[in-house]
Amino acid sequence: MKRALALYAACAYAFLHAPLLILAVFSVNASRFTIWQGLSLHWYRAAFADVQLTSAAANSLLIAVIATLLSTVIGTLCAYGLWKRGSTWLAGSLYLSLVTPEIVTGVSLLAFFQWSFRYLHMQLGLHTVILAHVAFSIAYVVVVVIARLRMFDPTLEEAALDLGATEWQAFGRVTLPSIFPGVAAAALLAFTVSFDDYVITSLVAGVDSQTLPMVIYAMARRGISPEVNAISTLIVVGLGALILVSERLREA
Amino acid sequence: MDAILELCDISKDYPNQKALDRVSLAIPRGAFFSLLGPSGCGKTTTLRLVAGFEQPTSGEVRLNGSTINHLKPYQRNVSTVFQNYALFPHLSVQDNIEFGLRRRGGANIAARVGQMLDLLKLTGKERRRPSEISGGERQRVALARSLVLAPDVLLLDEPLSALDPDLRKQVRAELKSIQRRVGVTFLFVTHDQEEALSLSDQIAVMNRGQVEQIGMPEEIYLHPRTRFVASFLGRMNWIDGAGVRPEALRISREAAGNGLCCHPATVMGSVFLGNCVHVEARLASGETLVAEVPRLDARFATGEQVHICWRPSDEMRFPGEPP
Amino acid sequence: MRRLRLLFLAPAGIISLALLIAPLAIIGGYSVLTRGAYGGVERPWTWESYRLLLNPLYGEILFRSFWIAIVSTGLCLLLGFPLALFIAQSGPRKSLYLNLVMLPFWTSFLVRTYAWMFLLRDTGLINTALQSLGLIRQPLPLLYNDGAVILGLVYGYLPFTILPIYAALERLEPCLLEAAADLGAGPWSTVARIAIPLSAPGIWAGAVLVFIPTLGTYLTSDLLGGGKTVLIGNLVQNQFTTARDWPFGSAASIALMAIVLLLLMALRSRGTQDLL
Repeated sequence: MKRALALYAACAYAFLHAPLLILAVFSVNASRFTIWQGLSLHWYRAAFADVQLTSAAANSLLIAVIATLLSTVIGTLCAYGLWKRGSTWLAGSLYLSLVTPEIVTGVSLLAFFQWSFRYLHMQLGLHTVILAHVAFSIAYVVVVVIARLRMFDPTLEEAALDLGATEWQAFGRVTLPSIFPGVAAAALLAFTVSFDDYVITSLVAGVDSQTLPMVIYAMARRGISPEVNAISTLIVVGLGALILVSERLREA
Repeated sequence: MDAILELCDISKDYPNQKALDRVSLAIPRGAFFSLLGPSGCGKTTTLRLVAGFEQPTSGEVRLNGSTINHLKPYQRNVSTVFQNYALFPHLSVQDNIEFGLRRRGGANIAARVGQMLDLLKLTGKERRRPSEISGGERQRVALARSLVLAPDVLLLDEPLSALDPDLRKQVRAELKSIQRRVGVTFLFVTHDQEEALSLSDQIAVMNRGQVEQIGMPEEIYLHPRTRFVASFLGRMNWIDGAGVRPEALRISREAAGNGLCCHPATVMGSVFLGNCVHVEARLASGETLVAEVPRLDARFATGEQVHICWRPSDEMRFPGEPP
Repeated sequence: MRRLRLLFLAPAGIISLALLIAPLAIIGGYSVLTRGAYGGVERPWTWESYRLLLNPLYGEILFRSFWIAIVSTGLCLLLGFPLALFIAQSGPRKSLYLNLVMLPFWTSFLVRTYAWMFLLRDTGLINTALQSLGLIRQPLPLLYNDGAVILGLVYGYLPFTILPIYAALERLEPCLLEAAADLGAGPWSTVARIAIPLSAPGIWAGAVLVFIPTLGTYLTSDLLGGGKTVLIGNLVQNQFTTARDWPFGSAASIALMAIVLLLLMALRSRGTQDLL
């Protein structure tokens, strides 16, 4: 039976990884058709030359960095607060945000922003995207950081208080350094989730702001465009590396 | 007596139990004072109340004459050595010891830390992390970390329980000598009566949230005021409502006279303990006694008819308590 | 102390209230209003949108969404269990194999969906390869149908079943499996009679973790289904953009949320584990 399982596993892993590997292979295909015509970095060069792509990528990066910073800080504080003294309604609403389908989160945020714009005289743009990303990333950060906090020994905080540190100092000098790998892992996770988001972003971005997923989506819908292969491969490698680091940190 | 720490009528209630019931203690300055009792007796709760991690339901905690009930742990001049030492894993030994001093600011931090490292024989290990040193060394770091702050009282929560048994005896002696040298008042919590007896200047025996007796080790052992205290410190034989210590019982083949209380008995068995022998014998009335007999004395075979004797002055009676 | 704790929870609390709870409340409100002349919403208050949902046309969409979600979940469980079993029994290389499963999952959902477009379309790799091998003359219509959507969903959410099932199998005491063998059960019947029933909580958790997102899927059905596979997610998106019928879109969203929450509550009583 072991052999049957191993054979099956090999097929399953092939199924899981083949599509991306094929994409990567064809991203260096000289031809724009799916016939192999030799190695070429042409599509990568074309991708970097495409202004629409690069400006969208810059937007995505900017949004992801700001959203990650905000959601990591807010989420870590929240996780610590929940760990010390629970709050059913806050934990409940975070759980709700995790189970709500993306499309519902997206349209509800769109409705909220449009409603608030009646009083605030604003438009949809990068700032609404950032707010939306922070909103849905917090739950992920809390889950990761709380898991790390559960491994932390609470008597260390008592010892710090006993030795003369205030509650803030105990958190900053003893607890935070201890859980830092978890916080870093959460940040990387939040970055990945934000960078890759399409559904929610497309609804709240408005006309002038384009993110990388939005551009890729439009190109994918239009048909054959080998530049998409190139960018896709770059994204997979980039985010993959981030996730690997995040996993290492989680286990540290 | 110059009491550095006083607990005045302290009670602590939890939803389903009374952890402390009107406990009053006065701990003399410079003493090695132990709280001794079985688990659940309230000794750790008492310690935490003094440290400031819990608040009493009623009563006052006084340090150097002033009430400290309202003060946070970091505002009290007492320091705790935790059972698991609670050393900060991300800091070196040196940084751990300095931690409290750095919170306070002030001069001479390096010098004071150096002194402490010397006293506790930790020189050379400053740069190491807690995970890189032995259990005994970790305990010394925890001590150093607290002592360097010159607290009025040092609180120790069963600090020897995490150590190997052979290490325990050695560390016990070191702990006593450190306390004598530094002169800080130690409030020591343990469930091990041998530890308490060998280390303490005074012991408070606790049971079910109440203090049963306070006194010097000899007094508590030889003159226990309640049955509980008598049974908790060392073994007790109960005959006819009176208690007698095993080492106060004499076994002989002939009946003895001269004012001794004697009863005939049958030997049930003996247990060889190295330096002494515990002989179990049953009286005609059915009660079983254990006598402690020095190894070099005569041996007794199972089934032998003997006489068990003791001096009436060695009896302990507790009138007013149920048998 | 208490003030400090509130300070820690406040930012997340404010954001939750403003950006998670309030928006849901708003579309709740919109679902019982009327479509405005220039898009948006206006009074009167009405149940019209919900009545519209009961129209057989939309019933078909709901049914299709359920059907696709159920098939996808079933396939994920079927394909995921043996792989989880393999990983649980692989000894020292466990974390390596686990990471190999999780790694592609965490990269980019969009890219992974696009990868299947690349493979399945008329000029995609599969058709080109089959044609050049002479096996077919015309390209097969592999893309833009329900099958492609299911394939994309299974590919996307397979790891969601592998993790909980693996966790449940991990906790299985090896002595139970050994006892079964000792009593004469072969490896296959041990799996069927011992491993599967005892890892049931993990299987249920995996089923829930796949069913809920696949029920509300938008991206996969949009890219891999073309305009042909309209599911609840696509319906909602459409109403809020091109069709500009916000009340109706809100009603559909609320209906979707209600189904998801009902499912979760029903499964809570079966004793599945908490995420938070």
